[in-house]
Amino acid sequence: MGIFSFFRSRNDGTTAKVAKDRLQVLIAHERSDRNGPDFLPMLRQDILDVIKKYVDVGEDSVSVNLGQQDACDVLELNITLPEDEVIKVEPSAEAKRRAAERRAAVISGR
Amino acid sequence: MTKTIVVTSGKGGVGKTTTSASIATGLARRGFKTVVIDFDVGLRNLDLIMGCERRVVYDLVNLVNQESSLHQTLIKDKRLDNLYILPASQTRDKDALTIEGIARVMHKLKKAEFDYIICDSPAGIEKGAKMALYFADEAVVTTNPEVSSVRDSDRILGILQSESKRSKMNEDPVKEHLLITRYNPSRVKDGQMLSVDDIVDLLAIPLLGIIPESPSVLESSNAGKPVILDEESAAGQAYSDAIDRLLGEAKPHRFMEVQKKGILSRLFG
Repeated sequence: MGIFSFFRSRNDGTTAKVAKDRLQVLIAHERSDRNGPDFLPMLRQDILDVIKKYVDVGEDSVSVNLGQQDACDVLELNITLPEDEVIKVEPSAEAKRRAAERRAAVISGR
Repeated sequence: MTKTIVVTSGKGGVGKTTTSASIATGLARRGFKTVVIDFDVGLRNLDLIMGCERRVVYDLVNLVNQESSLHQTLIKDKRLDNLYILPASQTRDKDALTIEGIARVMHKLKKAEFDYIICDSPAGIEKGAKMALYFADEAVVTTNPEVSSVRDSDRILGILQSESKRSKMNEDPVKEHLLITRYNPSRVKDGQMLSVDDIVDLLAIPLLGIIPESPSVLESSNAGKPVILDEESAAGQAYSDAIDRLLGEAKPHRFMEVQKKGILSRLFG
């Protein structure tokens, strides 16, 4: 440590801090997949894809957990919708376009 | 009562074999009858680190297949009376080991009244690594202060908690220990390396020891002598402390701070 690094603030912005932050997110994510059956990540992705058709949500907005309550396995689904999107009654432009495409496909008998 | 300890990590090259050799040697030095088993079938290396590569006649696969007796297969350490090495086979057959076969070997070792069985795991999460950890009572998870190593350690902890014999039989869980190797306090101080606290925070298992980055690790492996026997070196002393903690002694952690430098090197270093 030289005279210049002495003035640098302790932890912020160092690569070690970046490493820890990245690992924290990654490990939490991998742990949540670990305890469930193998299909949980795929199920999560499918649900996310469906929701994305209608609402603009981020990758982390869906959590799927398999828990236990007494003798039952409980599949817990948690979907976080962005606040302004919830109020919006209109489907997104993307969803409208897709719906129109589907209708056109039905009409043309494909 | 025989205790089985697996030295594992997920990632390769973090110091599993170095650690296995030193833990086995350290336990034997404290008077425990100890055997260290190399589970890395096809990539045998523990024999080199222990300095007994020229005395390998039979190996783990021979023993599993009942082609040799326990007495014929175990290599007695030259330095310590109650230390034995069980080398891996160099066969390329991936299916050479089976849980049933290993179970027979473990049973024989227990009957031979070993106090400790140290299992040196291969890297990865394939069959060999799973076999090495299956019978473990305790696990030493070897981790470098580096993102890929920490992630892989967390993954291997998941496997320990779901695929070990203890987890499958619903017994008490495998006792987990974190061993941080190749630690460089000065880089930690400069924010270039994950700190001990960071890693303990992330992996959330008790810390067994911190082995500082030290030239003596390479030199000891050059000579085929476990680094714990190099009592002058920081790494050797750190391993020795780790053995004390493994045996239940509360010892403060060392080698976490930068060695004091003079005022000049501090200003211009």
